[in-house]
Amino acid sequence: MGEAGFYFIQQLLNGLTVGSTYALIAIGYTMVYGIIGMINFAHGEIYMIGSYVAFAVLAALALMGIDSVTLMLSAAFIISIIITSTYGFAIERVAYRPLRNSNRLIALISAIGMSIFLQNYVRIAQGSRDIAMPSLITGGWSFGPEDGFNITLSYMQVVIFIITFITMTLLTLFISRSRMGRACRACAEDLGMTRLLGINTNQVISLTFVIGAALAAVAGVLLGLYYGVINPYIGFLAGLKAFTAAVLGGIGSIPGAVLGGLILGVTEAFTAGYFSTEYKDVVAFSLLVLILLFRPTGILGKPEVEKV
Amino acid sequence: MNNYNATSGLRWFPAFMAAGVLLLLAVLMLGVQLTTENTQLVVDFAASERWAWIVSGAVFVFLVQLFRDPLTALWSGVKGHNAIPKISVPSLDDNKPLKRLLISFAIAGLLIWPFFVSRGAVDLATLALIYVMLGLGLNVVVGLAGLLDLGYVGFYAVGAYSYALLNQYFGLDFWSCLLIGGAMAALFGFILGFPVLRLRGDYLAIVTLGFGEIIRILLNNWTAITGGPNGISQIPKPTLFGLEFTRRAKEEGNVPFHEFFGIDYSSGYKVIFLYILAVLLVLVTLYVINRLLRMPIGRAWEALREDDIACRSLGLNPTAIKLSAFTIGAAFAGFAGTFFAARQGFISPESFTFIESAIILAIVVLGGMGSQMGVILAAVIMTVLPEFAREFQEYRMLMFGLMMVLMMIWRPEGLMPMKRPHLSLNEDQEDESASGQPAAGSV
Repeated sequence: MGEAGFYFIQQLLNGLTVGSTYALIAIGYTMVYGIIGMINFAHGEIYMIGSYVAFAVLAALALMGIDSVTLMLSAAFIISIIITSTYGFAIERVAYRPLRNSNRLIALISAIGMSIFLQNYVRIAQGSRDIAMPSLITGGWSFGPEDGFNITLSYMQVVIFIITFITMTLLTLFISRSRMGRACRACAEDLGMTRLLGINTNQVISLTFVIGAALAAVAGVLLGLYYGVINPYIGFLAGLKAFTAAVLGGIGSIPGAVLGGLILGVTEAFTAGYFSTEYKDVVAFSLLVLILLFRPTGILGKPEVEKV
Repeated sequence: MNNYNATSGLRWFPAFMAAGVLLLLAVLMLGVQLTTENTQLVVDFAASERWAWIVSGAVFVFLVQLFRDPLTALWSGVKGHNAIPKISVPSLDDNKPLKRLLISFAIAGLLIWPFFVSRGAVDLATLALIYVMLGLGLNVVVGLAGLLDLGYVGFYAVGAYSYALLNQYFGLDFWSCLLIGGAMAALFGFILGFPVLRLRGDYLAIVTLGFGEIIRILLNNWTAITGGPNGISQIPKPTLFGLEFTRRAKEEGNVPFHEFFGIDYSSGYKVIFLYILAVLLVLVTLYVINRLLRMPIGRAWEALREDDIACRSLGLNPTAIKLSAFTIGAAFAGFAGTFFAARQGFISPESFTFIESAIILAIVVLGGMGSQMGVILAAVIMTVLPEFAREFQEYRMLMFGLMMVLMMIWRPEGLMPMKRPHLSLNEDQEDESASGQPAAGSV
């Protein structure tokens, strides 16, 4: 295999790493959209809050003199998930539930307002400057010729793969096997009918927001550690990209969100690797526009029939 | 979880829940402070006053939830259900001469007051007027046609950059660029709108957001032409029929304004001239939109907003109607952008971020979607209020976001709800319409 091949594999690996975290965030969009048909514009901010909480926890543990990476990571994940789930729950209660039956655009405007609110809330609370953190998990494997281009697979990337895989397996089991998961699927199928059958749909919707927020928190911790830098504005772009991923895969479909996330991540990595880093974001947006124009149902989505 | 009895008086469980949730939300975000000390991330407890805020917030939420039922009973007993007063302008449609008189007085007042106040106030008013224009333009798209455009600032950027670039490379002046800028923005609106307008509402919003961001990123990275993040500076100010407002004429043979009229030089003239220009632009915008509203196309916008399918079955072409609203809205953003570039003298992609789109949207939402008086009022409030309370500046965007949520929940129709233009018949037929059916509102 030549140098070009190694370079290709390196970009692919980088793309899959970032793409798998996009997938985690995209699941939150897709689940909410699948059940109540609204774009939860504030979802990206939840991811950002997840990163902040994780950084706070990691810094606090470091100050206490704890240096076991496993312990630190678990604590960061657990606390971050608890806090962001609460945010997801509260946002739905305060900003979306009163608007459940109103026009889609009204709900979307409320969601945009919520997103702006959260972004500025964190900015005021924590300052608008970048917060950097030395990487927790260092090192990695290197493959390739002695003098040519080497593929590096960092331990952090491996951790990202493993944790996203575990999270998604848990989610799949929950959705397909558990009682609440079945209720979730029923709600996505037909919300009104599910309510008539005696299922507390409000609870299911709250649960959807909580799950989405928890997954966003996992992504927030992972990407925060991967990039090492966070600021209050990262949620906007990440949210938009994850939404692109959800639409790409077919909004409403969980496997679709995962597929879309991976495709988007890889496309971005190839653009950055072969073309130019500056236009990386343009590619994501162009992909979104193209998909919506030519295949609004996405790769795995079902066509939506407009009813009178 | 939600099955408590509403009549049982005090709601202990939800009250504890709500206060607990609030504490959980606030403690790790407001209650701690992350800082970087020589590459080491440290976390510390936030200032004690913040903790005081958190605790008092939790107590407040607890009490409100605890006494919610008695409070709601009290509230609906004492007052009407409308917490926010409805502001409305008395309709003067019946009294045409009075209406004309009032409008002329208002315009005269607008044109005269800058001569009696400070430069800063006039400058601020000019800024407010730019937002009025943007708000009015977006109002056509969002309020009237019901298309949520989150990339409106992209067209604003097209207008601004049209002027800046055409001036830099071809030396065109403000007045020709005003038209070109508007036309360029309209063209962009047309080209971008054509493929996306068949999308459903919320997808449309996200796609327009994507377009807005693409325009900004392109401007940011196309360094060779747009100057990239450094932007373009030294954009000339508008001239009054060729008279410049500088101390000395830039071009050979030109006479500055003050020399032409034989008065002393004052930089205040330029500010006032810009202000008057902005007033005129706003008046033109208002006039054009009001005329359009009474035309079939304006009626069709609103009809389409109310019911897409009914419109189609009546033989209206939804794409053409949406496209016209989108294009016209974009054109106004282009005018505003050109004026903005001329006023600032410097533009960079920084001025055209998504937040700017969100601010314009917030103006439309606060004022009342579709209501032009409301949008004007909201634009003035949103630009002037932060200037009066400097310490408020920090919390401006926080308030905007919160306000958007609260307005959607309590008053989606805005501060000054839209009043439909009435179609009144000719004078000799008026008796009939009064006795018969009410004058037809639009659809």
